[in-house]
Amino acid sequence: MPDKPLFLERASFHRRRLGDAARVLPVLSSALVLVPVWWAPALVSFAGGVLWFFLLWAGLILAVWALHRALLRAEAATMRASEAVAAGQSRPEGKAQARPAQGDARQNTGGSPDAL
Amino acid sequence: MAMDILMIEDEPNIAEAVRFILTREGWQIGLHDDGAGGIEAITQQRPRLVILDLMLPNRSGAEILGDLRAADDPDLAATPVLMLTARGETTEAGQKADAVLAKPFANDELRAIVRQMLG
Amino acid sequence: MPFETLLAICLAYVVLMFVVAFAADRAAARGHVRWLDHPLVYTLSLSVYCSAWTFYGAVGYASRSGLEFLTIYLGPTLVFTCAWWGLRRLVRVARMHHVTSVADLVSARFGKSNRLAALVTLIAVIASTPYIALQLKSVSLSFEVFATDTPEAPIINGATLGGTAGWVAAGLALFTILFGTRNLAADERHHGVVTAIALEAVVKLLAFLALGVFVVWGLADGPADIMARIARAAEAPENAEGWLLRADRWTALNMVAAAAILTLPRMFQVMVVEAADEERLTVAGWAFPAYLFAMSLFVMPIAVMGRELLPAEANPDLYVLTLPATQGQDMLAMLVFLGGFSAATSMVVVCAIAVATMVSNHWLVPLWLAMRKTTEGEATDLRGFVLNARRLAILAVVAAGWVYHQASEGSAALAAMGLVAFVGMAQVLPAMIGGLLWRGANRKGAYAGIGTGFVLWMALIFLPSVGMGGDLPVPGVMDPWAAAVFLSLSANTLAFIAVSIFGFPDPVERLQGLSFVSAVEPIRHSRMMRSDDRAEPLLAMARRVWGPEEALRYFQAEARAQGKSGYLPDLTPRFLTRLERRLGGSIGSATAHAMIDRVAGGVALTVSDLLQVADEAQRAKEETQRLESARAELAVTARQLREANDKLTALSVQKDAFLSQISHELRTPMTSVRAFSEILKDPSLTPEERARFAGIIHDEAGRLTRLLDDLLDLSVLESGRAQLSISVANLHDLINRALSAASATRPERSFLIDRDMSSEHLGIITDADRLLQVLINVISNARKYCDSARPLLIVRVQNLEADGTIIDIIDIIDNGSGIDSARQSLIFEKFARLNDPARAGGAGLGLAICREIMAALGGDISYLPGQGGAAFRITLPKRPPVGVAASGSSAA
Repeated sequence: MPDKPLFLERASFHRRRLGDAARVLPVLSSALVLVPVWWAPALVSFAGGVLWFFLLWAGLILAVWALHRALLRAEAATMRASEAVAAGQSRPEGKAQARPAQGDARQNTGGSPDAL
Repeated sequence: MAMDILMIEDEPNIAEAVRFILTREGWQIGLHDDGAGGIEAITQQRPRLVILDLMLPNRSGAEILGDLRAADDPDLAATPVLMLTARGETTEAGQKADAVLAKPFANDELRAIVRQMLG
Repeated sequence: MPFETLLAICLAYVVLMFVVAFAADRAAARGHVRWLDHPLVYTLSLSVYCSAWTFYGAVGYASRSGLEFLTIYLGPTLVFTCAWWGLRRLVRVARMHHVTSVADLVSARFGKSNRLAALVTLIAVIASTPYIALQLKSVSLSFEVFATDTPEAPIINGATLGGTAGWVAAGLALFTILFGTRNLAADERHHGVVTAIALEAVVKLLAFLALGVFVVWGLADGPADIMARIARAAEAPENAEGWLLRADRWTALNMVAAAAILTLPRMFQVMVVEAADEERLTVAGWAFPAYLFAMSLFVMPIAVMGRELLPAEANPDLYVLTLPATQGQDMLAMLVFLGGFSAATSMVVVCAIAVATMVSNHWLVPLWLAMRKTTEGEATDLRGFVLNARRLAILAVVAAGWVYHQASEGSAALAAMGLVAFVGMAQVLPAMIGGLLWRGANRKGAYAGIGTGFVLWMALIFLPSVGMGGDLPVPGVMDPWAAAVFLSLSANTLAFIAVSIFGFPDPVERLQGLSFVSAVEPIRHSRMMRSDDRAEPLLAMARRVWGPEEALRYFQAEARAQGKSGYLPDLTPRFLTRLERRLGGSIGSATAHAMIDRVAGGVALTVSDLLQVADEAQRAKEETQRLESARAELAVTARQLREANDKLTALSVQKDAFLSQISHELRTPMTSVRAFSEILKDPSLTPEERARFAGIIHDEAGRLTRLLDDLLDLSVLESGRAQLSISVANLHDLINRALSAASATRPERSFLIDRDMSSEHLGIITDADRLLQVLINVISNARKYCDSARPLLIVRVQNLEADGTIIDIIDIIDNGSGIDSARQSLIFEKFARLNDPARAGGAGLGLAICREIMAALGGDISYLPGQGGAAFRITLPKRPPVGVAASGSSAA
């Protein structure tokens, strides 16, 4: 069954890239908060600053919200995919195989050692 | 005055009966009511006969018999022992004793055995 | 608004908070935590970050320094963008180690060192005291606004106003003690407090938003107009200078605020300690920044409108109150007042809980334990001491804030205290982050870093803020305050890293480091216990910390997880680790570690042990994880099988033994009867002798009858054919009857009886005579076997709800030497009479019958280890199982 592991791989690949995005986000947002004040303080100190910071802020909140939603979905998708793989493998060999493989999937998502 | 018999028995009523029967026969009889300290009582009082109950608290009659036979003093180790058992309890401990009397016993049986052992 | 009305509304609001906290605590106690655990409640509780300093002060700050106030909110927002991989990890590791405070976290990471925790506690206390004073000041100031606003207020004088802070402090201390120290839970969560805080967060937000809407659309002409006014205000010469953002201050403030959200005691409390798990951060990650956003959206408009509409001498820190008040919006002003009140009170309550936990866990309890080392009184109630230490610490923390407030009355020094506290606690951050990310970080490094930071903070920031010493002399245009922040934090970090590199951590520390950095559960290394005989002292120790019920439940659950029955689990490394961490949740990791070492007498950990553990953990992490559950399951099954097999073997031996026992028990009285009846035939006996011997025969015949009765009773009970007559009875009466009936056993011994009459009045539906039989038997046993010189009998009745059914528990405990653990499992067997000269006539069937009776009644009787004497627990369902009643009636 070469297609099923591929499916799992794609799901977990997607999840890992989202994890990367989650790690880049703080760096990016710190830069957007700090750099303008270093660069052109006069521009962001008054009414312009009010616009810039509050829009940036609202954007950040939305970004975190969207990212978290996507990450949660990706985790669920990875789990489903690995369960599907487990089910696919277990069919010819009997039910006994399904259990450890499912346990595996849960650890991967729950413990998510690579997401840390 | 030397003691004839030391009885080790924890049931007070049985002890009382045995003492009454044997005292009337003219024997001097002492009593110890616990498995613990049994061997010490024998060593101290040097009776000519030990009547030993098999089921005792803390230290069984069989253990006390073992202690006695293992004593350093050969005279002490050779002290005759009458073991009181329930019928069906004739174990190897009973075989090591010089005589075995099963409960419940006839009083004449007791008198006869003691007379024979001390005679 | 009259002062009295204000006071009444204020009091009503306080009462509401008490009611909410009380209701939430009750709901939590009943296990209804579904909505209490909602991520939204968690998010709202985080808003304790917005103290009165930000609620009132943000507008003042904005009116003086323009957009710089945003840093206080932007810093935390930046931290929350790391929620997914950073904060969740922090919460997970902290929960894994049952960490109770930020000091405990640092201490646990760096080898469970209590001295390190004590140092962090010191910083927290120094930083928090003026900060709490600031909250009290804001409340009394806001009261003053209303009071001076009232023309007909002759009774309001300085004394009553000065007293406001005192009354508020007393009330807050009371609230905190009531809801913060109700129990010494193993996980240190306070549902009541958190729920009240969440509600206050809503009030805070609504008040501020209402004011903002009023200002933008009521006083000005909408957002466009406000923007224009901001632009115009910026053109004023003093603002052009003051409002211009400075890159150094901007960066330093963002850094400090970001650090504060992680290290401030109250933030750590709500974010980490009160979190049920880390998953709620997926919501809080965006929702908390959104809350901050909403709280700061209207700050600039309010500041600008305040400057335009209010006289120049008006205090900008009070614009939020004075603006609606002068515009005749009394209700709005009231709402804002309640918002500010909420901000101040929630901050004080949580801060007091957090700091008091640190003070009691890291100062008072270790001190007390160290002093007690000489006099070993193990029976002492540690739980009571810890709770009282917490209460004392809460009082002390709040009182210190109040004293500081009184001492600095009128001085403006307080306003800066918020930031000063931020920077102080930020000194913990390098060690905290380093400890979580870097396995090389060690305790000496943490000492060096935190110590350096602490000294520099005291010298450059704290002391100048209270008027001692001056600002840092910095060359050039750099802001002295920002320079002090950069200097202290970078010196701190450098010292931490440098000393860590050259230091070498001890094994415990390396193990903890591994556990923190890789977020894997730590195992209490290879400290091997020689045998199970230490389990009972450990149980006794746990009782002292958690109370008897909780400790027994935990030990029983752990034993069951190992596949063992009873209350004493094997002292496996896994069990010891879990026990230590749970204890740590109540008294701090360092103290828990030391106590277990003392009781269990563990062997010091060697480096090779460590390497073994570390290598194994590292290399085989995934492998073990997969195998772990399967293996544990197997082990449990094997264990249960072994236990069952042992039981079967024992049973067949028992059956033989039972027959020979019966024979023996029957023969003994028979022997006496036969011997004496023969003696009685002798005509020469005196009448006295005859009478005595006849008496003996009578007694022995009675003993035979009793024995036969018992055997019959037992066989009926065992076969399940027992006929029960179910009725309603009062447990109190039954205990009375049992005590008086049992006093016939060894009447020469007088027992002290310790009962709690009020708890005994319970109606129970059961077979009262049968239950009475059990009670009499257990109490008689205590009278027979309790070997204390001053015998004491404790009877305790409890009414518990477990798994949805209500059960009654009767504990009967004496103060004798108890039953050693080897025999505890035997005493309920037939003829398992203890080898004891005082065995007084019983045949050894009593407890076996008791067990059968309790089983027939749907309950249980068991031996409770670790109670300081022989102790029996009788559990009884509220009503007997249906099957029993049915079989009883069908048999009839």
